[in-house]
Amino acid sequence: MSVAVTYTSREEIEVHKFSWLVSVAVPLAAVFIQVFFPVRVKFLMVFDLPLLVTIYFAVARRKPIAGLITGALVGTLQDAFGHHYIGLNGIAKTIIGFLASSLGVKIDVENPGSRFLMTIGFYLLHQVILAGISVALVGVREPWMWGHTLITALANGLLAVVLFVALDRLRVRG
Amino acid sequence: MESFFGRYKNPLVLMAVLFVQVIGLATQVKRPSDPKMPNSPGTRLIRVWAVTAFTPLERAFVGTGHFVRESWHNWVDLHGVRKQNQELQAEITRMRMDEIRLKEDAEQAHRLQALLGFREKFISETVAAQVIGTSGSEQSHVIYIDKGSREGLRPDMAVITPDGIVGKVKDVFPLSSQVLMISDRDSGAGVMMEKSRLRGVLKGNNLGEMQVDTVMADEKVEVGEQVIASGGDRIYPKGFPVGTVTSAAPDRDSGAFLIIKIKPAADLNRLEEVLVVTKMADQTPAAATNEGHTHAADMLEQRLPAVPKTEPQPGTSAQPGGEKKKTAETPEVKKQGANSTTPQAPSAVKPKAPPKQPGSTENPPQ
Repeated sequence: MSVAVTYTSREEIEVHKFSWLVSVAVPLAAVFIQVFFPVRVKFLMVFDLPLLVTIYFAVARRKPIAGLITGALVGTLQDAFGHHYIGLNGIAKTIIGFLASSLGVKIDVENPGSRFLMTIGFYLLHQVILAGISVALVGVREPWMWGHTLITALANGLLAVVLFVALDRLRVRG
Repeated sequence: MESFFGRYKNPLVLMAVLFVQVIGLATQVKRPSDPKMPNSPGTRLIRVWAVTAFTPLERAFVGTGHFVRESWHNWVDLHGVRKQNQELQAEITRMRMDEIRLKEDAEQAHRLQALLGFREKFISETVAAQVIGTSGSEQSHVIYIDKGSREGLRPDMAVITPDGIVGKVKDVFPLSSQVLMISDRDSGAGVMMEKSRLRGVLKGNNLGEMQVDTVMADEKVEVGEQVIASGGDRIYPKGFPVGTVTSAAPDRDSGAFLIIKIKPAADLNRLEEVLVVTKMADQTPAAATNEGHTHAADMLEQRLPAVPKTEPQPGTSAQPGGEKKKTAETPEVKKQGANSTTPQAPSAVKPKAPPKQPGSTENPPQ
């Protein structure tokens, strides 16, 4: 797997667009798959599809405001299906959406290697933000499981490489 | 001024969105949690909208999956049905033998319990439900079932399978309900070791593992010992299977308590159908009386010096074993829609009795 993270000028980076149907349906489908499929295959719960979709749209559009709003909406919807406070995933994914779109403006994240590394980095940051919010705002200290977190980060990174290629086909051409 | 907002538009929007979410989160954290109203109106609204929007889709997927799978299984099962029939006949014969022996013990236990005035919780009514969703997060071990307030479900009702307890209803929506599993770190269940009768509180963790950490380190707990519900939480039926002890070691931090790891009796990773206990009955087992037959158990009872003999109640001695009309068949979790079923109380609490009358959905307390 080639890893090429290169700094690129703003003019060289292509800003991708998506139809409104894709913009709405893909995040909704990601949340649906996230809550439905682990009923039969528990292992799938290690993936965070809403996070991957947030990262993808943020990086592809390269618009920080669009990225953070996508993250906020997807995260809040994801929170609605848990039993914890609503806002934990919302805040974490808002920040990730903003950072991912800001990163997309500065570097080329089109090749599989950089997508893999970028997703691992954002996944770990997402978990750190979640843990920070839990401690600082909710007052719940959860044990940090490094091994489990690293494995899930790798798994999400691998899935992102495949998923992002599939999502590339949904871009508006021309 | 315009240039300032234009220049810092992105960070300002980020801060504004984060500010709104932090305020929303702080409002939820500050609000005292009411067990009967676990969500504030605002968060409940978001949950109701989200869950109600997804529930029909999940039901459709689950229904389609069941139809395809059952059609396939029905076709495949025809091949081995003759052999299976013979095996089942042999098993019925063996179980009848067991039943006769267990009935003796059961009747004796009921008589003695009645004499001692035990009052215990028994499952009276249940609603069968299908699992249609999860939280989708490792931090939140909840499942969604396809029955809600329209079927009479309420928060804090126990959710079980024939194998063991699953969790309790946390949030109820019109067409679905959220069930907090016993493997979640926020859940708690009163449990008891079946042999040693040690009591404790079962809790989960982020990995979905379950443990009891309230038993003193000098107590002896054997690996493989069965763990049952103690009934102390007034949610789970007393004596119902919870799991098996997989390890028991002193806590590394304090050393004063044991960390007892439990493997759940119900397969929490592959739940498809569950039973929601909608009604628990306070029952005092009636004294069994027998006419014309003298069982070994009766002879034993007569020889017990501390147990006085009771007068049989008029009209209750027609059948051997006054308990026979109560409780019933092994709970079968099948596609019964909202039909109530009457599962049997666990053998640890209440032994088996003959099946109840067909069509009956409720066992009146005796």
